[in-house]
Amino acid sequence: MTTEVEFCAPKNLAEALEFLALNRDKKTWILAGGTDIMPAINSRQISPLAVLDIWGLRELRILEQHQRHLTLGPLTTFSEMMQDPRIGQTVPLLREAAQSVGAVQIQNRGTLGGNIANASPAGDVLPVLAVHNAVLELRSAKGSRNVEFNAFYSGYKQSVLKPDELIYRIHVPIQWPQQIPYWRKLGTRQAQAISKVAIAAIAEVRGGILQDIRIGLGAVAPTVVRAKKTEDTLRGRRLDNRLIQAAGEIIQSDICPIDDIRSTARFRRRTTTNILRRFLSDLKLAHRGM
Amino acid sequence: MKIDCTINGSPTVLDVSPMRRLIDLLREEMKLTGTKEGCGEGECGACTVLIDGEAVNSCLVIASQIQGRQVVTIEGLTPRSGLTPLQESFVRKGGLQCGICTPGMIVAARALLDKNLEPDALEIRTAIAGNLCRCTGYHRIVDSILEAAELERSRLSLVDTAPPDL
Repeated sequence: MTTEVEFCAPKNLAEALEFLALNRDKKTWILAGGTDIMPAINSRQISPLAVLDIWGLRELRILEQHQRHLTLGPLTTFSEMMQDPRIGQTVPLLREAAQSVGAVQIQNRGTLGGNIANASPAGDVLPVLAVHNAVLELRSAKGSRNVEFNAFYSGYKQSVLKPDELIYRIHVPIQWPQQIPYWRKLGTRQAQAISKVAIAAIAEVRGGILQDIRIGLGAVAPTVVRAKKTEDTLRGRRLDNRLIQAAGEIIQSDICPIDDIRSTARFRRRTTTNILRRFLSDLKLAHRGM
Repeated sequence: MKIDCTINGSPTVLDVSPMRRLIDLLREEMKLTGTKEGCGEGECGACTVLIDGEAVNSCLVIASQIQGRQVVTIEGLTPRSGLTPLQESFVRKGGLQCGICTPGMIVAARALLDKNLEPDALEIRTAIAGNLCRCTGYHRIVDSILEAAELERSRLSLVDTAPPDL
């Protein structure tokens, strides 16, 4: 079976992009740490015709700290997201989310770019990229283009990535001191579990008023989503019990969860509301009198 | 595809299909059968080996990805005769029963102890969270690793305090 696979382990990025361009009519599987693709191959869910192994490409393994944003290469592993102080200090939610992925063996191989490209609605770092308004730089042999992360997915496991493109850089605006981050993932156990529900949020409170709030949700819709209606309801309002109660109801219209092997739509609806209310209540307590 | 790598300290050249899984390469080409395959999906950790000192599931790594890398398996962590203190601790503390998870457990524990020789129970549980054991209930495995860490620390301090001519 493996002998018929068109395989390339490129020496550099140019070679990788050339392979993608040449094989654009086939579906090329871009292999990084293998934590999503290899289980699918091993269990015969997929039999790739073309494989591009980018794991060895140094050009995709970079980290740059700029004044307002962090630029990450797609091969940044979850272990690096957990350990690199530049990430922990500027985008702490990325560290939090990376910690909740799999276990050590998966964290050592699983990558940021892979999590994005796999396009699962349950991808752990995706709600974080959503609330940070990350920008993806896509590269093909013809050039680069930037796509907002929040416009990257077009449906369940679908994205706007073209067959001859790869994710070249992930630009993540950094968290300001007045922004309060929140992360919560519900799974069957702490390690190795894929999310039933995941929430990332960033809030800014001044004088008891929610100046800004962004809420990213995983595993409760065909793609990762921002809770836009809830955000619009909350933004600029005084954080009191009535508002917290109302937000918990409105968030139901931001999601459309399903029953699957990991959980039920009912559980997901209920816990989404509960986690949001818990977060807002904690926020209110922390800002009493401020 | 020709692969140059180091396996258990020995420079090795392999001529294999680039998509050959590392676990198959180890077990079938190298006859290193200490590494076990459990799930084949990166869930159970039975096939854990070290690549450049990091614990990884060898069922998720392909041959082309070990080009230029250092691979260490359970065989590479075992002396020619006898056992290491880590292995002895598993025997003494009852950290194994059927033994299928044990090579992966030992490799994962080694990866931890190489970075942190003073782990607490929670750090140990985190380090072996990707290794499933259906026999022991994990307590005895955690005890084994705690004891091994203590043993290795005391040996280190012996070395540190030994006179230079020893």
